[in-house]
Amino acid sequence: MTRRIVIVGAGQAGLQAAATLRQQGFDGPLTIIGEETHAPYERPPLSKAMLKGAMDADRLAFRKPAFYRDKAIDLRLATRAVAIDPAAHTVTLAGGDRLDYDKLLLATGARVRRLDRPGADLAGIHTLRTIEDSLAIRATLTPSTRLAVVGGGYIGLEVAAAAAQAGCSVTVLEAAERTMVRTVSAPISAHFQELHTRHGVTFHLTAQVTGFNGDGRVAAVTLADGAAVACDAAVVGIGVVPDTALAADAGLDCKDAVWVDETARTSDPDIYAAGDCTRFLYRRHSLRLESVQNAVDQAKTAALAMLGQPAAYDAVPWFWSDQYDAKLQIAGIFIDGVDQAVVRGDPAGASFSVAHLRDGRLAAIETVNALKDFTQGKKLIADGRPVDADALADPTVALKDL
Amino acid sequence: MPKLYVTDLAGNQSVVEGEPGLSVMEIIRDNDFEDLAAICGGCCSCATCHVYVDDAWLDKLPAAEEDEHELVSETDAYQPNSRLSCQLEFSDALDGLKVTIAPGE
Repeated sequence: MTRRIVIVGAGQAGLQAAATLRQQGFDGPLTIIGEETHAPYERPPLSKAMLKGAMDADRLAFRKPAFYRDKAIDLRLATRAVAIDPAAHTVTLAGGDRLDYDKLLLATGARVRRLDRPGADLAGIHTLRTIEDSLAIRATLTPSTRLAVVGGGYIGLEVAAAAAQAGCSVTVLEAAERTMVRTVSAPISAHFQELHTRHGVTFHLTAQVTGFNGDGRVAAVTLADGAAVACDAAVVGIGVVPDTALAADAGLDCKDAVWVDETARTSDPDIYAAGDCTRFLYRRHSLRLESVQNAVDQAKTAALAMLGQPAAYDAVPWFWSDQYDAKLQIAGIFIDGVDQAVVRGDPAGASFSVAHLRDGRLAAIETVNALKDFTQGKKLIADGRPVDADALADPTVALKDL
Repeated sequence: MPKLYVTDLAGNQSVVEGEPGLSVMEIIRDNDFEDLAAICGGCCSCATCHVYVDDAWLDKLPAAEEDEHELVSETDAYQPNSRLSCQLEFSDALDGLKVTIAPGE
């Protein structure tokens, strides 16, 4: 019998789980604990519309304050959970308060990875995860500002795009041989690097950052080859680290992330986890996903399981990024091995797709300004029927007709 | 404030007040209509804020741009009066607009 549920983490997954629990008729005490001072809010615009000044912070909240009151959700902001006692079924808060739970959801998310190099504490060096981070970066994006972006992943490139459009002089420093190496295939990397270059962004690939120079404030990023990239500000976007501290201290199975099964349950039968903090089993693959879609769908899975309705999480993962006028959308998983990549259309043009086949079936598709390929491809992945690679390579053949 | 009429999946219609300048998606979301997922937050990257617009109002809305049309027209629940509510900016001129939340995928 589930009477009391506590959710640690007030991000997308935490909010979604609470909303689903109430939708499903759970009427027991429900508490959300969040470290930030803000009620749960959308993070994707922080590196996109917010940086361009096209959206204000007060439009980011998922729900108005009345929602939490009307749904009897005890939202505790600026509050940190410091320990879980699985045997006693309690969560201890900073300050010493203890909350009892019957089921607990860890939606602790991830923390930005810090660059542990000399000078990393200088003023003018930013990371991006919160509203405050986004506002601070936005304030530096004035015309002719020299911005160094350390890390050429989604966050780094979205910041670079916003900065270039704001008239900044932007240099991207990426340790790998191409951008977005963890998340996209080589043709997509090449397309976006070319797009950024056309907007005046400079790239240093295989760059080994050794530190930051400056007198109180960052003035240059230094590289292993002896070069120094002069800058007025820097943004470090080198990924995130799942926040596993509570789970690890409580003795739950976790290594790089909190390990959960297909129903979002951890190694403790009364503790679940969802979102960026998890590693989970998905169609025989062990996955970690940092995405809105995963936060939403895994949180729903966890909410149902906590109410005694476990169902395997089986949604097709999808991702998006907006850079300049290019809309990158990805459905499915291909990073962990596919048999064949098929390019649809011209990667030098404004719109094309890269389809990935595994065992003759569509495993994933990356699309640039090709929304029909994205939506139809997502359905084709879920459907799982065999597809003909030659027909797939012909962009005049709609994916739904394969 | 101008009013927005929203019909949920069960067929129940409610009326809510909408701040001009917000998107119809934001107004629906802020009023906790749980049938509307609006996963991408309004940047026209998914089709989870799909609504049907009352025929009487269709002509009063700006036409869908290509991105919106391509996304919404591929949904299983697509109808000629389908729109993505994140792409509809609410205004005084739309006082009384009627929309129905479309079934998800």
